[in-house]
Amino acid sequence: MIINRYEKPNSVQEAYEMLNSTPKSVVIGGGAYIRLGKRHVDLAIDMCNTGLNFIHENKKTIEIGATTTFRQLEKSEILKNYYGGVIPITVKDVMGVQMRNIVSIGGTIHGRYGFSDLITILLALDCSVVLHKSGEMYLENFLKEKANHKDILEKIIIQKDNRIGSFMSMKNTANDFSIINVAVCRKNKSYNIAVGSRPGIAILATKAMNYMESSNMNEYDAAKAGEIAANELIFAGDLRASKEYRKELCSVLVKRALMEVMK
Amino acid sequence: MKIDIVINGGQRNIDIEPDEMLLDTLRKIGLVSVKRGCDTGSCGVCTVLFDGYPIPSCSCYAAKAQGHNITTIEGAQKEALEIAQFLVDEGVDQCGYCSPGFALTILGMTRELKDPTEEDIKHYLVGNLCRCSGYVGHLRAIKKFLEMKR
Repeated sequence: MIINRYEKPNSVQEAYEMLNSTPKSVVIGGGAYIRLGKRHVDLAIDMCNTGLNFIHENKKTIEIGATTTFRQLEKSEILKNYYGGVIPITVKDVMGVQMRNIVSIGGTIHGRYGFSDLITILLALDCSVVLHKSGEMYLENFLKEKANHKDILEKIIIQKDNRIGSFMSMKNTANDFSIINVAVCRKNKSYNIAVGSRPGIAILATKAMNYMESSNMNEYDAAKAGEIAANELIFAGDLRASKEYRKELCSVLVKRALMEVMK
Repeated sequence: MKIDIVINGGQRNIDIEPDEMLLDTLRKIGLVSVKRGCDTGSCGVCTVLFDGYPIPSCSCYAAKAQGHNITTIEGAQKEALEIAQFLVDEGVDQCGYCSPGFALTILGMTRELKDPTEEDIKHYLVGNLCRCSGYVGHLRAIKKFLEMKR
């Protein structure tokens, strides 16, 4: 990416004004992935001085600021105590420790990257995103909308409850992107099943989720839900894996993730 | 644009391009221990310590380093030599291209983790690739280095 000007605003409002007053401008998260693009921008806005690096535990929610790095998620004692510790478990295998020290959740979510492991687990956790101008919305809706590229992601919010999560992925090598990733969250008898790196962005497998609502929570039902998820979602082939292989993996990983949260 | 950075303990004021990566900045001021490898943050040869934490300098904009502390092998020679000796003794230092990155990641690990287990070491070093040797020798060398540090 070619950049003519690089600024570090001191507040989110200042960043928002910069973003909307310069036609060819972009917000930089960690910068690790966006720099590989071929874009030519007049202004790159680095959010590192805007005070969005935090993980806060409130009475009913957990809030994570947009410039929080994957390594901070991985090490967070707060996050280790919720949802079976599934958020640290998910991010601990994202590339090497060096990359996790710079990759931010804001850059990942706002970039809507299909290969993202984090987006998949956050989707399964019913997470909300808070945008500076548009306010709070469900991550699911944010991912579907192509708008908001001139808005700034401030933080994400996850409800604190007794949900248990599981994350599974398949990779060709340890620090490659996932061929496919699956996240399942269970709250009592309700299940969220998200599948990402299809290679498209993570999406909820709603038919499989509906099936699980009335299931007997056994291995047969988990396998059946895996088949339903594999049949309802769209997969594609790329240099990492074929469409058919991803579909097979989806079925198996959904079953395994369901079995894990049924324990 | 100009940035002020502390590099290896010394304050520097450096002229950079807005889209310049930290790797290029460090190399152009003569810190050539910082190597260019994959250029996508996957191989670890460009590792530097950013406020004490290992990062891939190929994937970090130089402008981000404004006001921060950067350490390369040139600024950690005593510890790097200790680590290098263990790597040499275990026969894993062959072409040597990956060694500065390995040494800085190991250094970052010793500062971040109090008493790393074998699993901790393997996990921490996933982002450092070596194409000369396998990683068993590295693991032996690191364990011996940590033992010596205790």
